[in-house]
Amino acid sequence: MNAVYLRRRVLNRVMMLFSYAALAFGLLWLLWILGVLAWEGAAALRLSLLTESTPPPGSDGGLGNAIVGSAMIVATGTLIGTPIGILAGTYLAEYGHRGWLAPATRFVNDVLLSAPSIVVGLFVYTICVAPVGQFSGWAGSIALSVLVIPVVVRTTDDMLRLVPNSLREAAIALGCPTWKMITMVSYRAARAGLATGVLLAVARICGETAPLLFTALNNQFWSTDMSRPMANLPVVIFQFAMSPYEDWHRLAWGGALLITLVVLAINVGVRALMRKPA
Amino acid sequence: MIAAVSLACVAHATDITGAGATFPYPIYAKWADAYKKATGIGVNYQSIGSGGGIKQVTAKTVDFGASDMPMKAEDLRKNGLVQFPAIMGGVVPVVKLAGVQPGQLRFTGELLAQIYLGRVTRWNDPAIAKMNAGVDLPDGNITVVHRSDGSGTTFLWTNYLSKVSAEFKSAVGEGTSVKFPAGVGGKGNEGVAAYVQKIEGAIGYVEYAYAKQNRLAHAQVQNASGKFVQSVSATFMAAAADAGWKSIPGMGVVLTNQAGDNAWPITGASFILMQARHEKSETAKEVLRFFKWAFENGDRMAEELDYVPMPHPVVGDIEASWKAITDINGKPVL
Amino acid sequence: MSAVLRAPIPVVRQSSRHEHAVMETAFRGLARLAAILVFALLAAIVVSLVIGSLPALRKYGVAFLANANWDPVQEDFGALVPIVGTVATAAIALFIAVPASFGIAVFLTELSPAWARRPLGMAIETLAAIPSIVYGMWGFFVLAPLLQQHVQPLMARSLGTIPGLERFFAAPIMGIGLFTAGVILAIMVIPFVAAIMRDVFELVPPMLKESAYALGATTWEVVGSVVLPYTKAGVIGGVMLGLGRALGETMAVTFVIGNAHRLSASLFAPGNSLASALANEFTEAVGDLYPAALLELGLVLFLITTLVLAASRLLLMRMRRGEGA
Repeated sequence: MNAVYLRRRVLNRVMMLFSYAALAFGLLWLLWILGVLAWEGAAALRLSLLTESTPPPGSDGGLGNAIVGSAMIVATGTLIGTPIGILAGTYLAEYGHRGWLAPATRFVNDVLLSAPSIVVGLFVYTICVAPVGQFSGWAGSIALSVLVIPVVVRTTDDMLRLVPNSLREAAIALGCPTWKMITMVSYRAARAGLATGVLLAVARICGETAPLLFTALNNQFWSTDMSRPMANLPVVIFQFAMSPYEDWHRLAWGGALLITLVVLAINVGVRALMRKPA
Repeated sequence: MIAAVSLACVAHATDITGAGATFPYPIYAKWADAYKKATGIGVNYQSIGSGGGIKQVTAKTVDFGASDMPMKAEDLRKNGLVQFPAIMGGVVPVVKLAGVQPGQLRFTGELLAQIYLGRVTRWNDPAIAKMNAGVDLPDGNITVVHRSDGSGTTFLWTNYLSKVSAEFKSAVGEGTSVKFPAGVGGKGNEGVAAYVQKIEGAIGYVEYAYAKQNRLAHAQVQNASGKFVQSVSATFMAAAADAGWKSIPGMGVVLTNQAGDNAWPITGASFILMQARHEKSETAKEVLRFFKWAFENGDRMAEELDYVPMPHPVVGDIEASWKAITDINGKPVL
Repeated sequence: MSAVLRAPIPVVRQSSRHEHAVMETAFRGLARLAAILVFALLAAIVVSLVIGSLPALRKYGVAFLANANWDPVQEDFGALVPIVGTVATAAIALFIAVPASFGIAVFLTELSPAWARRPLGMAIETLAAIPSIVYGMWGFFVLAPLLQQHVQPLMARSLGTIPGLERFFAAPIMGIGLFTAGVILAIMVIPFVAAIMRDVFELVPPMLKESAYALGATTWEVVGSVVLPYTKAGVIGGVMLGLGRALGETMAVTFVIGNAHRLSASLFAPGNSLASALANEFTEAVGDLYPAALLELGLVLFLITTLVLAASRLLLMRMRRGEGA
């Protein structure tokens, strides 16, 4: 056989094997990390995890206050960030056909989307915590809302632009004012996509630790007072994991498993939403 | 609905917040737990390091701060703070070496300084072997672990090493955050303990409760009188015996390298810092009530963790000094 | 039928044109405001970082970036160690992640059977969904000890003996350090880069690929000579996006980088990254200069990541717009 053909075939085989190996490489990490998480976290899964608050080292306890705190901060952050995100995304998709504001905002939004979350935490510390002199759940929510906004803007923009123009033109032809057209036609047509955007934002902020380090701090007791430091799952996990105490390690793995399950569930939900015919 | 929930919770604001040293965290957490069971008031203490405690209490973001490095009188005046000691304990070197038991290894202060300067880098170095004749030291690297955050424990450790080694004093100096020439940085006493637990051949320094709770191999150290002592509450108490609390304003006594056959050379007190003038005198009162309760009821819990509670005569002096903590009109809070 | 006839006729209120106009301006104004807010947010972040780091900017000037000291006692701060740590870990991460992502993308577009394409793609994307704190914990508890006991000594014994490379693999080996942080970042970055590469590979017109196949090209030759040149800009954009993420990652790195403010040539040495220095030290920085120096680190981090991400977006936009020139 021709030497050139042989070389080409061998090279092809090698590169294809490399491709298979790369895929196996990626899947290996996925399975290993999820496996360790499930194994270690399962040891911590019991009802007391949800009902008791974080203990001092050496005592029994759970993550109840951290879970409640996280739920409140995440919910508030989403509630603050979503309307702003949807409105801004609407502007980009529906109103922003002329002028410089829309393209520039898209660009800025992409920058914000991938900005390091610790910088967001610093920013919120300087505007929300230092002047008031108080760490608080509100500051934590604001930090998370800054992370929610770019995600929602992006998906709203993308989803609304997918709505066929013929629908819009039909509405306007019937004499519908623009704002009504947007709310009754565009939003309704893209509602699955918009919901997806919000869910993706929630999934993103569920696991964020860095922005909460300087804003919500932490609290070892049950507290639903948003104006004071608030227990939250990621910071508690960080503190417990970096400690030398075995029982804290166990709780940290349990918390990590909980967060991952929530995030994965949201991702599955998003895929289900996207698969339904619009 | 969220508004209603949060309104309902504002009324719950008797919890007090504190932040600072990781050195006393195990005992403060235990006291807080017991205090909550006894009175229903929560004391939320975040162990973020002595530097953090000083910063947060100066910025008034917490109700009290905790630091193992006592502040000088002029700094207290400048920042409007009042300082008092709350608990004492010992800082111990801990190692992770296969086959080495707690309390087995021996170090002199000079040797520890050499290790932390990065001059002695292997476990079977003759300097270490000389002191530890019966121990089978492996031929491995020494991984030095120090603190990465601002720490009063670091202050006590470096203060001691500076006292026993002129080279360490000029090369590194003492303080809550110094430039260590070698090693990895752990966050908090917890972080150092966690690293020493994991890295084979590591040496670190932690407050004794952390060594005990995590079954780390602590070591004996030679004290100023030339004797090798173990780190137990008896040796901590011996070091704290003639402390001369009232001699320094702010009671900022440093207890390293004390004389005495039985004295542990790296002992220290952990201090509480509070603002001198309070707008919200109610929270200040709660803080002082908590510590009064701890001084009266917390001795046994402290001793279980091998801390040294403040001696009773000193407690009287401390509570007298609380008259300096006033509301905005100058009236003492408690 | 009679049910419909008997049903009450809904009365439609005739909204006046005036009301419509008010609602219209209100809604449009609100939307515009929201867009401007996004803008303002970015500006506010930059401004607050600059103002916060003014004391340090004034004192150190540009020399801050080249100073390898970090001494809070003497108030001598420099960003060189964290910058080197950030760049080094990101470089290690890309070194591992780019070939792996490329292989995965090629598999998903050329080699995979059609039924497996979607599930495998989703599996890789799941890597991106795992929260970074889980990566940090797994890295600290599982990967670091493994690297310390098996992999790093192996690397030191093999690669460390190549002349000229000894100092990159020098002792002490503790598992915690730049190399471990780089490996974890690589795993975190793979899903992003692979997803973008796969998306841009799918943009190649099938006609071009089929023509190449018709001429007898092997799969690899199609990828190398048709797909890659076509998608150059997109691939680079994707890699830069991965780089941007690696530069800004905090939690996973903080667990395993070792928090040492020291420069060392060895990959196994502990170090610091801009983000991990902030995470470790910000809550405790006392005084005027220390927090300002930390905020300046935040500013440097923000500027670096913004530049990289802006460049990546530009490249990706160019790819999607034209024929990947």
